[in-house]
Amino acid sequence: MTTIPDLLRKELSDHCAHYASRRVGLIWVLQKLQAHFGGYLPDEAITLAAEIVGIPEPDVEGVATFYNWLFREPVGRRIIVVCDSISCHLCGCDSIVARIQKRLGIGMGETTPDGEFTLLPVVCLGNCDKAPTMMIGDELYDCLTPDKVDEILDSIYASAKAGGR
Amino acid sequence: MSERILLKNIDTTRPGPPCSYDRYVKGGGYEGARAALRMTPLEVQQVVKDSGLRGRGGAGFPTGLKWSFVPMDFKGQKYLICNCDEMEPGTFKDRALIYNDPHQLIEGMIIAAYAMQMTKGFIFIRYEYRKGAESVNHAIAIAEKNGWLGRNIQGSGFDFHLETHLSAGRYICGEETALINSLEGRRANPRSKPPFPQTKGFLGQPTIVNNVETLCCLPHILARGASWFKSIGTEGSSGTKIVGASGRVRRPGLWELPMGVPMRTVLEEYAGGPAREHGFKAVIPGGLSTPMMTPDQFDTPLDFDSVAKAGSRLGTACLIVFDEGDCMVNVTENIIRFYARESCGFCTPCREGIPYIHDIVKAIRDGAGCEGDLPTLDEMAKHIMHTFCAFAPGAQGPFLSAITKFRHEFENYLRAGAPAAATPAAGRQS
Repeated sequence: MTTIPDLLRKELSDHCAHYASRRVGLIWVLQKLQAHFGGYLPDEAITLAAEIVGIPEPDVEGVATFYNWLFREPVGRRIIVVCDSISCHLCGCDSIVARIQKRLGIGMGETTPDGEFTLLPVVCLGNCDKAPTMMIGDELYDCLTPDKVDEILDSIYASAKAGGR
Repeated sequence: MSERILLKNIDTTRPGPPCSYDRYVKGGGYEGARAALRMTPLEVQQVVKDSGLRGRGGAGFPTGLKWSFVPMDFKGQKYLICNCDEMEPGTFKDRALIYNDPHQLIEGMIIAAYAMQMTKGFIFIRYEYRKGAESVNHAIAIAEKNGWLGRNIQGSGFDFHLETHLSAGRYICGEETALINSLEGRRANPRSKPPFPQTKGFLGQPTIVNNVETLCCLPHILARGASWFKSIGTEGSSGTKIVGASGRVRRPGLWELPMGVPMRTVLEEYAGGPAREHGFKAVIPGGLSTPMMTPDQFDTPLDFDSVAKAGSRLGTACLIVFDEGDCMVNVTENIIRFYARESCGFCTPCREGIPYIHDIVKAIRDGAGCEGDLPTLDEMAKHIMHTFCAFAPGAQGPFLSAITKFRHEFENYLRAGAPAAATPAAGRQS
């Protein structure tokens, strides 16, 4: 049984207490636990969330497996999501995905062996006038070309090496 | 260009830092809320009704009428929710509003909350807009400091507590009852109606869910009056609309235009005409979930009633533009793949039917279609209308119009197999 720091547990519990029903806090609790556990929700995170929110574990599992941004398996330090909805499709997102896959040597849904990147498709990022578009971590990148993808990945690797992870 | 109202403080071509409180107030900000707080709640509702404002999230339901179903004599907690789960493919208007001018949204929510005496509010924001959520949180803190949120707003005796909720992401969260379930910490499956959220919504309490752009219209309506708002646009669709264009246009972008502007004006004048040597072939007018329109319909005015009369829906008024170089079989595969992936899985015709359609369309695209596929697709287009919520009927819009209006392209594939140009790029996994 893993435990989490008392301070975090209190923060999560207090957040739930702020609502008329503790369950309203569940997704926020899962997001916080996911950050605590290195980007995904291991089994013990589900147990902890159930305990803190005060609902059965299967309910938590149901929620944790429903949403695109809650992960039940380990992911890379940075998640690359490439929009493959219609406007980006027209503007060449396939060539963007192909370049990322070739460059990182991974398929869609996979993580690089060094644990740096996980590649996923995403629903329209709401940036269609600057298609094709993607996010890496919190950053949005647009008007992409395959060569621009190389530059972006190069600079991320360079800053990771320099310790700016 | 006509007067910019909602986009007054926003440069859509070069997004900068969000409009500050001081700049917002200097430009007349919070005057609408000030005017509302001097009226009775029912008077504010009447102004909104008189303005003819219709929901900008896509459905076009009259906002004042939607509000009127909230029981005003209800003594318990009522909730106001802003839907900022903008995930409709091709739609990028709410991003501009929350990233660049969060006070406009906050002011709109104060007005709506006061009109229905709702003392708690949430802004439901998609996870990918988390930087925008930070701007909104910052603006909420500033608004609280200046007496616009929290207890006893501007000495009026009215309390309104507002917070953001960062979604964990899923397209179906944009459906208002699914959004409410999601906010309650549940799977975002839609609820059956009735009861409608207005009487039994968030945690079983009366709840209103309004789109970002709808709420952003309110400060201006309250500050300048219902008749001013009604003087813009058309008889059935008043005000301005943030119109977008993406895809095969020379200058994709967002513009605030009076309701009723002809689609052709947007395509040719604002978006600069075709991006390539080809002419335009089709437009999906309102985010992906609306039926395709063809060049013979480009004179259609962009307002709710005219687009409906033309057999489609205005939806979010963010146009997705295709040209003669686009293969509509390939386009349809992409469209249906999106719906197959994002179905919430709750009801069978949607969960099973849409992937089945995708399998067939993909087979046709890959040159492996067979005789009988098109009649099967016609049949499936009917079945996906019998679903729990509007998601699968939304998928039917572009899908059925594609296999009807561009049937010859599907027939060509079935006759001659897939042309080399339409096969997906190497390494692509779909």
